[in-house]
Amino acid sequence: MEALPSHMRPERSFQGLILTLQRYWADYGCVILQPYDMEVGAGTFHPATTLRALGPKRWNAAYVQPSRRPKDGRYGENPNRLQHYYQFQVILKPSPADIQELYLKSLAAIGIDAHLHDIRFVEDDWESPTLGAWGLGWECWCDGMEVSQFTYFQQVAGFECAPVAGELTYGLERLAMYVQGVENVYDLNFNGRDGADKVSYGDVFLQAEQEYSRHNFEYADTAMLLEQFRMAESACRKYLEAGWDGGKRERHLMALPAYDQCIKASHVFNLLDARGVISVTERQSYILRVRELAKACGEAWKATEAGGVG
Amino acid sequence: MPDLLLELFSEEIPARMQAKAADDLRKLVTDKLVDEGLVYEGAKAFVTPRRLALTVQGIPARQPDLKDEKKGPRVGAPEGAIAGFLKSAGLKSIDEATIQKDPKKGDFYVALIEKPGRPALDVIADILPVIVRTFPWPKSMRWGARSEKPGALNWVRPLHAIVATFGIDTEEPEVVPFEVDGIRAGDTTYGHRFMVPDAIAVRRFDDYAAKLAKARVVLDPARRRDIILQDAKNLAFAQGLELVEDSGLLDEVAGLVEWPVPLMGSFDAAFLAIPDEVIRATIRANQKCFVLRDPKTNALANRFILVANIEASDGGKAIVAGNARVIRARLADAKFFYETDLKNWKDKPLDTRLEKFREVTFHEKLGTQYQRIERIARLAGELAPLVGADVDKAKRAAWLCKADLTTEVVGEFPELQGLMGKYYAQAQGEDASVAAACENHYKPQGPTDRVPTDPVSIAVALADKIDTLVGFWAIDEKPTGSKDPYALRRAALGVIRLVLENKIRLSLLDLFRTAQIAHKESEVRGHLKGYVGELILYSPIWINHEVQWKPFNFPFINEDAAAWVIESATNNRFFDTGFRLEKVTAGIRRIQPWGVPNPSEVATIEEKIEALEIAPPAPDTGISALAFFADRLKVQLREQGARHDLVDAVFALEGQDDLTLIVRRVEALGKFLDSDDGKNLLAGTKRAANILRIEEKKDGTTYDGAVDASLLTLPEEKALARAIAAAKGDASAAVAKEDFAAAMAALAKLRPAVDAFFDKVTVNAEDAAVRANRLRLLNEIRAATRAVADFGHIEG
Repeated sequence: MEALPSHMRPERSFQGLILTLQRYWADYGCVILQPYDMEVGAGTFHPATTLRALGPKRWNAAYVQPSRRPKDGRYGENPNRLQHYYQFQVILKPSPADIQELYLKSLAAIGIDAHLHDIRFVEDDWESPTLGAWGLGWECWCDGMEVSQFTYFQQVAGFECAPVAGELTYGLERLAMYVQGVENVYDLNFNGRDGADKVSYGDVFLQAEQEYSRHNFEYADTAMLLEQFRMAESACRKYLEAGWDGGKRERHLMALPAYDQCIKASHVFNLLDARGVISVTERQSYILRVRELAKACGEAWKATEAGGVG
Repeated sequence: MPDLLLELFSEEIPARMQAKAADDLRKLVTDKLVDEGLVYEGAKAFVTPRRLALTVQGIPARQPDLKDEKKGPRVGAPEGAIAGFLKSAGLKSIDEATIQKDPKKGDFYVALIEKPGRPALDVIADILPVIVRTFPWPKSMRWGARSEKPGALNWVRPLHAIVATFGIDTEEPEVVPFEVDGIRAGDTTYGHRFMVPDAIAVRRFDDYAAKLAKARVVLDPARRRDIILQDAKNLAFAQGLELVEDSGLLDEVAGLVEWPVPLMGSFDAAFLAIPDEVIRATIRANQKCFVLRDPKTNALANRFILVANIEASDGGKAIVAGNARVIRARLADAKFFYETDLKNWKDKPLDTRLEKFREVTFHEKLGTQYQRIERIARLAGELAPLVGADVDKAKRAAWLCKADLTTEVVGEFPELQGLMGKYYAQAQGEDASVAAACENHYKPQGPTDRVPTDPVSIAVALADKIDTLVGFWAIDEKPTGSKDPYALRRAALGVIRLVLENKIRLSLLDLFRTAQIAHKESEVRGHLKGYVGELILYSPIWINHEVQWKPFNFPFINEDAAAWVIESATNNRFFDTGFRLEKVTAGIRRIQPWGVPNPSEVATIEEKIEALEIAPPAPDTGISALAFFADRLKVQLREQGARHDLVDAVFALEGQDDLTLIVRRVEALGKFLDSDDGKNLLAGTKRAANILRIEEKKDGTTYDGAVDASLLTLPEEKALARAIAAAKGDASAAVAKEDFAAAMAALAKLRPAVDAFFDKVTVNAEDAAVRANRLRLLNEIRAATRAVADFGHIEG
């Protein structure tokens, strides 16, 4: 790390932090992927996690995923809450015996010294009702701040994970705020430069937070979204149905395109939820509808090559 | 004798599961040892976030030898039977069996089986893997490559190593030879994750605990608690402050660290403008830190104590600074929530705030929260005069009491419900007793919780609990055995304590009935709303230009129309079908300005309304709920030392539903039965009842008619008849005045006459008419005592 130029150092630069984590996990042997090109609520939705967690094949991957949580928007006025933020996601299948040590070394790589800071694994069981998934693990604390989620996937899309994958999710903005020592996310140094060359997180994202908050809470076209939800749902089912090779439920040829529609439906639901047009009772039924799609996609995936067939 | 040391070393075990896991481990291992004939001297289990440990001392080195006799078939039995016997007894030939004589049934074979005891080490090696595989974690998981195969080990988090040694203290102990899912038991453990992570070779419990302590692991959770508590108190004291003790938090924090290091930090004093409870909840729930107070003023200080898991190289400066930063952000959130709530309370009329509850289901069969609040308000209004509360204030408090459930602070910290309601009610200038009721109406929560004494609080607290009880009773969700998901026992006990400790006089049955009617009304309202909703949903009506997807928007319009329909349908005529239909039809007409309902839909809905069957409240609901209260009251009184049979004796009288009166009666009865008069009268009454029971059974009739004075011949029976008439009159008059002591005194006067009667008079006289008359006289004794209690239920 000493060899890094100062603008690349994780404690000075948001992008430097990301690049350090990517390099660390690349050194471990992970496939370094780029973000999935769709709107998702969390890195877990990326097919490289949700679908790849299913089936017997070995899979080690890491990637940054922009995550959208329409309800968390605060018009750029809250120093900690964003409707769009970055997660750094690592998925290791099967979970290696030394996964906790690997994680702690990754913290060391970004400058968090375990002899100076209080790092703790605090119980936090994870469940995603929309993905039909659950796992056990912890939230990882650094000096009382949650900086990562650590989960051993037990079930995804309603199927047992065999073998179990370990998932690490780093909250990048929080980690960066911690190592850079800033109180407001918009003050983060993005590119690690000083003076006129410096670009802050606010320079990049503040306007977007303001505009999207307005959109998510006030103007998102609910009629269109409701229609989109139904379209995505029916397209998903259509692709799933058409994908079974020769009509027999043994081999599937379109699990990934079908899953895209499941992702779409989930994000549209999040937007509708933020607009407040979904009542408490309806909410549950929407979640169930997305889960049914996720389960059907998981079933299709298990009948593909990467899912373990052939 | 040898000792066993066992350690199961894993990734971080959730704090809340640790204590029970240690207990389970000790119990499972020692029970199994005893089952195997290995009676041990002592055992103790320990737990940290990363290890479960057990020491069992004084285990015999071998199991005792077992001798057993196995009975076989009779001599000369078919070959198959003999062969089966040989196999099951483990004999090679029938010559190895002895023959036992039996002249009656015939001689038979007996096998003498001698089972030599096995070495304890082998037995333990068999026991431990089974216990590890079947350990009762509340939640467990699979991990790693082995999880691909079925039958993989489940543990709370990945299990990494097992220490298991067995031996006497003068010799090198042996490793217990076993393996679970690829993990071989050995004698190696590890120190503190960050400070001393090296492998440590251990022999027995003594050096194990000592080496761990050196490697920065405090094995005993009780000791970690003590260290935290002492250090935290000292840190507080050094600043002239006092630790706000919190034993639940202490347990949790002791389960999050192997090497506790309490440190103190501070936050901006400006946050102290938030209520103390909110600050404490924020710091406790999110950060698991303790708060401090100024002992002089009792107010919170702007300090906190965190418990780190390491001795940091900078003495903890970075750790304190990091925690302080998170706490600052959390308190900023809490402050924002609190201020948002205050603003909403002050600026929004109550009605608007309560609207939200129309969408919140209280229970599937009991309607929405809004309907529940309506019922509680109505019931509180009825209760107010009985408890000396102002009717309007009681109703107002009932309408307000649940409103804080929609606030941000309570959404974040549910444990602050009620309390926040009080603060917000005060902030909007509500009457002091109304604000107090927002907090107090949840009380008492248990046998030791404070009972409210303000009449408005009492009215709302009673209304809330009675509504819940009667509601769940009506839908048959009664508590059974250990299951009481809606905490109805607690609610009933709450009612009992509220009534008794405030000496309130009320008829529980009347109250149940009022609550039942309110529930029925809710039910009817629910149906009507549903129908109007269906009508709007299925009719081709254009509601307004913006609404293009009706199902998502109709609830608001539905509420508006339905509210009017229901408004019109009050006046207690819910059970009148014709009236209902008329009002709903009027409601349908009211929708018309928005569009024209489809006539066939209207007809269908009218049919449904007509067919809607709403049964009036069933009378027995109240009776069975009353029996439930009787049971709770018995438990309560028994805990205070009263006799439960006396409660039964009083409840056995008809119409006993006034708790205060019942308890006074029980007290008077108890005192009376402690006196000689009481004891003798009880004996006399029981004797009369026994004779009656036997004779009535023999004759197949009952002797409950009036006594015929002309058939009374002996002076003792005449005297008894006179005494009964007098006692009955006096006792009833005293009971009417609620003077139970006087009623008992009146009954006491019966005693000499009863004693004399049994002494001198033969009940079974030869003359049948005289006998029947004397039996009726006996019945009169029993009847007289019923003025105060049913003596038949009294023991002794």
